[in-house]
Amino acid sequence: MVKSELIARLAEQNPHLYQRDIERIVSTIFEEVSRALARGDRVELRGFGAYSVKRRAARQARNPRTGEAVHVAEKHVPFFKTGKELRQRLNGQIPPQS
Amino acid sequence: MATVTRAHLTEAVYEEVGLSRNESAELVESVFGEIGKSLESGETVKISSFGSFYVREKGERVGRNPKTGDEVPILPRRVLVFRPSHVLKERINRSLSPKSGE
Repeated sequence: MVKSELIARLAEQNPHLYQRDIERIVSTIFEEVSRALARGDRVELRGFGAYSVKRRAARQARNPRTGEAVHVAEKHVPFFKTGKELRQRLNGQIPPQS
Repeated sequence: MATVTRAHLTEAVYEEVGLSRNESAELVESVFGEIGKSLESGETVKISSFGSFYVREKGERVGRNPKTGDEVPILPRRVLVFRPSHVLKERINRSLSPKSGE
């Protein structure tokens, strides 16, 4: 499923809303999550999962081809941990959603 | 470090579109609900410029109880993997590690 298909499914369930508004809603949600992570904040969605940002320290690495030492700068990477309920659903421990 | 929750997302949706707070909350719920349903059926979910979610099937393997050292089988299971898009990774790095190349 890609974003446009997600929007189409939501539009089907919400015939009273304009598709244009659903597009804005979906974009707003992912924009808010992205913005929070860019600030270094956590995003916690109970049942679904939690997003956080992990810091990777600067390190000396090696170019595996030449063996040359290279400096890798500090970086921050987004991280997602699956929520308990979704993890159980994926394994059939909770009946599927209607 | 602050934590963003469904309530914040609902507020953002409420301010962006002219829906009631209740309906905004339902829409936020539906978005994650639909993603969850899709993943449950084993389908990959791709949100452009954000990232993709996919389900990985893990085989059975032997684990160990770290306290007692007993061998215990870890049953086959499905795990969810989130791969952030380059756009998201770059955005986070630009704001949190501005000196890094990315």
